[in-house]
Amino acid sequence: MNKKAWLLFFVLLLTVSTALFGCSSDDGASEDGGDGGTSEEGGSDAEDTLVFGRGGDSVGLDPITVTDGESFKVTKNVFETLIEFGKEDTEVNPGLAAEWDVSEDGLTYTFTLQEGVTFHDGEAFNADAVVYNFERWASGTEDKFYYYKSMFGGFGDDEGHVIESVTATDDMTVEIKLKRPQAPFLKNLAMSPFGIASPKALDEMGDDEFNENPVGTGPFKFVEWRRNERIVLEKFEDYWQEGLPKLNQVIFRSIPENSARLNALTSGEIDLADGVNPSDSAQVEGNDNLQLFERPSMNVGYLGLTTTREPFDDPKVRQAMNHAINRQAIVDAFFEGRAEVAKNPIPPVIAGYNDDIEGYEYDVDRAKELLEEAGLGDGFEMDLWAMPVPRPYMPDGQKVAEAIQNDLAAVGITANIVTNEWATYLDKARLGEADAFLLGWTGDNGDADNFLYVLLDQDNIGSNNYTYYENQDLHDLLIEARSEVDEDKRNQLYMEAQEIIHEDAPWVPLAHSTPLMAGSANLKDFVAHPTGSDNLMDAYFE
Amino acid sequence: MLQYIMRRLLQLIPVLLGMTFVVFLIIRAIPGDPAVVILGQQATEEAVAALRETLGLNNPWYVQYFEYLKNLFTGDLGQSIRTRTPVNEEIWPYLAATFELSMFAIIIAVFIGVNAGIISAWFQNSWFDYTAMILALVGVSIPIFWLGLMMQYQFSLQWDWFPTTGREDVRNPVNAITNLYIFDTIIQGRFDQTLDVLRHLAMPGIALATIPMAIIARMTRSSMLEVMKSDYIRTARAKGEKMFWVVYRHSLKNAVIPVLTVIGLQTGLLLGGAILTETIFGLPGIGRYIYEAISSRDYPVIQSGILVVAFIFVMINLIVDILYSIIDPRIRYS
Repeated sequence: MNKKAWLLFFVLLLTVSTALFGCSSDDGASEDGGDGGTSEEGGSDAEDTLVFGRGGDSVGLDPITVTDGESFKVTKNVFETLIEFGKEDTEVNPGLAAEWDVSEDGLTYTFTLQEGVTFHDGEAFNADAVVYNFERWASGTEDKFYYYKSMFGGFGDDEGHVIESVTATDDMTVEIKLKRPQAPFLKNLAMSPFGIASPKALDEMGDDEFNENPVGTGPFKFVEWRRNERIVLEKFEDYWQEGLPKLNQVIFRSIPENSARLNALTSGEIDLADGVNPSDSAQVEGNDNLQLFERPSMNVGYLGLTTTREPFDDPKVRQAMNHAINRQAIVDAFFEGRAEVAKNPIPPVIAGYNDDIEGYEYDVDRAKELLEEAGLGDGFEMDLWAMPVPRPYMPDGQKVAEAIQNDLAAVGITANIVTNEWATYLDKARLGEADAFLLGWTGDNGDADNFLYVLLDQDNIGSNNYTYYENQDLHDLLIEARSEVDEDKRNQLYMEAQEIIHEDAPWVPLAHSTPLMAGSANLKDFVAHPTGSDNLMDAYFE
Repeated sequence: MLQYIMRRLLQLIPVLLGMTFVVFLIIRAIPGDPAVVILGQQATEEAVAALRETLGLNNPWYVQYFEYLKNLFTGDLGQSIRTRTPVNEEIWPYLAATFELSMFAIIIAVFIGVNAGIISAWFQNSWFDYTAMILALVGVSIPIFWLGLMMQYQFSLQWDWFPTTGREDVRNPVNAITNLYIFDTIIQGRFDQTLDVLRHLAMPGIALATIPMAIIARMTRSSMLEVMKSDYIRTARAKGEKMFWVVYRHSLKNAVIPVLTVIGLQTGLLLGGAILTETIFGLPGIGRYIYEAISSRDYPVIQSGILVVAFIFVMINLIVDILYSIIDPRIRYS
């Protein structure tokens, strides 16, 4: 028995010590591997490297070929566009074009380029480089250069292609002629996909290789990309803006799980974390080593009512739906208050937002009255589609749907929650097969047209107008606004448009969410941009 | 023996063919149009049609399938639709990451699992036996997702033992040669980095090891209990052989065959089934590679990814079968 006990002890000791082998040797590593350690012990040498943790990897690094936000987050810092958005908004500011001039008729734009700009490969930036890029884009196809088609209407000789010609009138001047006025033209040019690439690098590498070895004029130059592991950017020493960038190195890492990413931030492995759960915001705010960033909202989450399906073909029923749903409760419960209750289809940051509109109040009696007027006093049964995936504008489609189901029950409407796999969901909703469906939109260029025309105009039925909503007056306004160059007049048109939409109520607008980010407390001058592509050139560590 | 291996290899061919076909069919049965998914919500119909054409999605399924097989035989695993990179170029780093992780996990699982099982059997109905078996029950039932986050909280945030996520310290990155980082850092003499890589492996490794560890422990225990009741063990003990040797030499050798089967199966499962662990710990492994491909309908990646994992699974089974005969010479193949 004694022997047995000894042996047991011995074997246990062996097992435990082997199991702990990893730990004990690792303790040593954390001491001598100090420069790789946490931010507290990182010391001065680690403080000019920013590690940016985000949810997914980039698809490609040639900005014109990609459509995903994770790609633009990186290319925004490698490439620059002729026009830049403001630091915190989508106003139009000089970028690679120092100045520009628009002709009276809105058809000719003359850009005077910034002097002294060089590409990362040493080539000079000039008018020829700009023309080269536009010619490359215009000779593409939609599956290659999606955003070019989406913003400028087509390629080459396409009927819809809005750009007539791009010419270098001298070494530093580019003239762009349009076939017809396009009001958001400058905003379109400021979008990340239209970053100017080095012609020489493109020629030498070809599209595919360039996609993995991008060369632009931005504050950081590309160093290395190991898929799903890291993308490394380094300070571009010859950057044209004096004293920028302040960081020496930026490393993008992908950590898919939001909570795990926040853990990595808390432990100092990363310095900046994208996509923080609203429910974790208190944890960030309670930690002195961390700070919370709010990304200004450029999205809308809504409940679409398919206007071709009974009983939603009756505006009264749609208005009743608007009165029946308690949006504030939804925002408080599922967005943790990190969102604004929506009353219009466009978020308030966008020029042309109509703040005079009074949103439908949560009013059960009014809803019942309207249903009564529509001859549906006894209520009705409907399918309510719940999004299967979380999106910034809809953190939990299933739960939001359940809340709406509850609200509707109070006015006598029986809603059956339906869900589908995401691609199928979109397909079927696009075909108008849903009675009512949850969906949302994140703006591309911060322009009202990118919301109202794209989502609610009759031209886009079968595309992004999932509700099949049609209104000729609205259509006339939106078309007029598309080519109205005078900013004030244009905003006026959009305000009128929002009144019509409010009255017809094809949607129940739910919320404009504020995506959250968190960073270490000593990170300064970082600003979360509404487009989701953050410029890191001003950021530094204190 | 050689003949046996040859025959098993030949038998692999229909198995592998069957695999390609099943994978091919399952994917076509998933609803949704890959062209729409790739181009996104905002795409027009013409663009979708054009992309379907370039991807060959308009061809009848058997044309697509034979095209795929033909390419496989020339070593071409297709090109990723999403990243436009050949899959056989892209897949290796992911595979290496998963390989390193699963090997680390299986070593932990086998070492602790087998020993715990043996001791439990040896001291059947003791406190150790009860504790180990309760822990094993907890181990098989614990959700990795929860366990991973809890480990991060305790071991990283509270105690600061291990880093929370990733394969390496990105501020001091490993210079990858084979993509097996332990190996890479050792051949480059960067032992500080080897330790760093081990530190990164520790938590995901343990999290991934819990389930196989528990299964192996239970299997070893029951297998050992059976063997230890047999006559030759009684004889060995009667001859005065030390109990330790009776257990670890005489009993284990006969008890190990079913355990080996379980270890083989679990190793295979770890290679393909580490998605959750890889997600929680932000590791760029094959599970996540396939998972991301599935969500963007990246057909070539899904097919090749699953095929590669299935192939490894089959190979591990083959190795286990061969090991049987090495460990137990009584097993003969005719």
